[in-house]
Amino acid sequence: MAEAVFVGLPKRFVSLSIDGREVEVLEGSTILDACRRLEVDTPTLCQLDNLTPVNVCRVCVVEVEGARVLVPACSRRVEAGMKVRTDSERVRHSRRLVLELLGSSVDMSLCSAQVRGWMERYGAVPERFGVGAATVAQPVKVDNELYVRDYSRCILCYKCVEACGVDAQNTFAIGVAGRGFDAHISTEFDTPLPDSACVYCGNCIGVCPTGALMFKSEHDMRGAGTWDEGRQSVTETVCPYCGVGCMLELHVQDNSIVKVTSPLDHSVTSGHLCVKGRFGFEFVQRRKG
Amino acid sequence: MDIRTTGGPATDVEMAAVDGLLGDPEPVDHRVAYGGRAVRSLRHLLLPVLHAIQDRTGWVSRGALEYACRRLSIPPAEAYGVVSFYARFAHEPRDAKVVHVCDDIVCSLAGANAVEGAIRVPCLGLCDRAPASLVERFGADYQAVQMPETPPHVVAGVQLLRRVGVVDPESIESYRAHGGFAGLQRAREIGREAVIAMVSEAKLLGRGGAAFPTGRKWESVAKAQAQPHYLVCNADESEPGTFKDRVLMENDPFAVVEAMAIAAFATGCERGYIYVRDEYPLARRRIGKAISQSRELLGVELEVRRGAGAYICGEETALFNSIEGKRGEPRNKPPFPVEVGLFGKPTLVNNVETLLNVLDIVNGDFGDTRIFCVSGRVSRPGVYEVPMGTPLRSLLEIAGAGDIQAVLLGGAAGSFLTADQIDVALSFEGTRAIGATLGSGAVIVFDETADMKEVLLRIARFFRDESCGQCVPCRVGTKRQEEILERMFTERDGDRSADVMLLSDIAQAMRDASICGLGQTAANAIASGLTQLKVLNG
Repeated sequence: MAEAVFVGLPKRFVSLSIDGREVEVLEGSTILDACRRLEVDTPTLCQLDNLTPVNVCRVCVVEVEGARVLVPACSRRVEAGMKVRTDSERVRHSRRLVLELLGSSVDMSLCSAQVRGWMERYGAVPERFGVGAATVAQPVKVDNELYVRDYSRCILCYKCVEACGVDAQNTFAIGVAGRGFDAHISTEFDTPLPDSACVYCGNCIGVCPTGALMFKSEHDMRGAGTWDEGRQSVTETVCPYCGVGCMLELHVQDNSIVKVTSPLDHSVTSGHLCVKGRFGFEFVQRRKG
Repeated sequence: MDIRTTGGPATDVEMAAVDGLLGDPEPVDHRVAYGGRAVRSLRHLLLPVLHAIQDRTGWVSRGALEYACRRLSIPPAEAYGVVSFYARFAHEPRDAKVVHVCDDIVCSLAGANAVEGAIRVPCLGLCDRAPASLVERFGADYQAVQMPETPPHVVAGVQLLRRVGVVDPESIESYRAHGGFAGLQRAREIGREAVIAMVSEAKLLGRGGAAFPTGRKWESVAKAQAQPHYLVCNADESEPGTFKDRVLMENDPFAVVEAMAIAAFATGCERGYIYVRDEYPLARRRIGKAISQSRELLGVELEVRRGAGAYICGEETALFNSIEGKRGEPRNKPPFPVEVGLFGKPTLVNNVETLLNVLDIVNGDFGDTRIFCVSGRVSRPGVYEVPMGTPLRSLLEIAGAGDIQAVLLGGAAGSFLTADQIDVALSFEGTRAIGATLGSGAVIVFDETADMKEVLLRIARFFRDESCGQCVPCRVGTKRQEEILERMFTERDGDRSADVMLLSDIAQAMRDASICGLGQTAANAIASGLTQLKVLNG
């Protein structure tokens, strides 16, 4: 007979207050989960539901009564009776400064409208550090036919490293190298991607919040001035290659597939694909000349 | 994991350096997969392996790194991230002899900037002999020598420092003759609980800078359910102007080892590490010798680990990552080390000076003293042990300070005091009352001739260099802080009040939103300098 297996105690609800409003969430939830339950919009950059929180961007910080410093909502677990403030002067100040420090050093022009909305909400003025403020500007790395790396747009959120590593792909082709302001995402010794361990799954593109990692098709079209999201439609389908059943979202412009994504909340993919699903669409649009 | 390496083969010398540490590789059998959990569990040997390569050849070549990656089953991209994190590792071939010259606060005062053709490094912890340097000779008989070699330093103290200069630091017999290992024996006689109770009753506060009650830490680790427990002695003393742990380790290493054994015994630690900064070769050697001479007495396996040039690794969780063979990036707390520490297990972390106090507590002769490292413009720089609460003025008098423009208390993470504040009592409460901190016990004295703008700029540069780069407030904040300060001090005109406001905005965000103590304190000295010192008047 099989031995009894301990499956853990059933989870309990924990109640806490956020901005004076009581909320109950399952124990083990994060403050961010609780904020979302109350529909308190919380800015996040390095957090993504399909990745382990690394809490490095610090834009989601909140004030917890009794804590000496602010805490990251994305990774701090709730405790019973916790009193959280998400809109105090201290919180607003740190969120504004994080957005300003990033905005002053990184090209954030391709960030989502949501990010621009947060910059407006917190009154972030990245220009106030002056014209001499150092940036991470550098040439775009175009070393393969599938995707480009424009690290002048990189906010160092670690998401691509996580997706390339244990959170999804387990390929470990990239890591964080250097330190301080010079810290950057890199292959070993900055080797071009074709010589690295990269398998072109493109899961790093899928999680990048700033457009630093981009389909080459999108990069080329942007360069030519033909990229127009207003003219794009999204068609959902299932990847035809193998039997796993990954859901694909084909982004189509002018009757051509220009990029492929998968929804983060899809039960099969959690947003992640392989090289075939992500990039293997060329044959569809190979038209007889 | 499929490790792809493209950097070409390692040389025989490089492979021998790696194999010397890891043992010879198993014969290649292509029918058997190499790797797996057993190999991956050796990840913590990455830094020792990198040191072995560099000590032998002077640098870490790509071929050597990739050979180490294959032996340890580490992805090359990740290993590159590690090797590029630590300032001490070189990526280019170098001469067999390399000179590192300290150009930090104290050594700059002593004229270190005049030295040409050497690598400039932050504080080497030899401030009592400033200007200081570290000379490395690579090769089969690697040598690292701290210069100047003959220490003219003053060691004044009767409690924690009483054996310094009295015992032979390389002889266990000499240590025994001075009462050595009586504390460990006593601890075993009275039992774990009694030892912890004694530490708690003594109300000992950690000497590493954070002043956390040591007894509470010990209780938590002793009670922690998860096994095994680890002990870490934090000897990564890198706060500019601090060198007390070096003096203790170099001159009284057996006491450090005995204190570690007591801590491990009381808290049930199976294994202990002492993480000594790379810049302290003599301390590392002596501690290593002390461990091997007293191994049978200790009841716990102790190991010396060598830093690689990163101030941040003095932060306890960054230190864990470093021992684990990773980039020295601090972890978010909670969970705290007493629950989830080294290798994810409950871990007791104590500073060298804290542990030495424990030794005295167990021996029943605890005097609540504090060791200060006095350097800069004083006639007798050195380590001074004084009773807690001694006025700073008396300390400065004994050390031979003349006219004083300012005192930097607590190192780069501390704050500036002016001449009219030196009556402050050197205690946790006394310094807190005037918005300062004892920090690591660094006391740097500046007379009227010191250029305080240069000092502030050096501190700003220090934090920019030493930020690990993980979190935004510190990574970009320390950079902006340096830029703005430079602008304020070089441009004749311009609106300084706007820049002062900017600095204060950055400071608040770094203090509130940074992951660790480095970012949280990176603006302290500069903020206090700008308000206390006359640096903006022309």
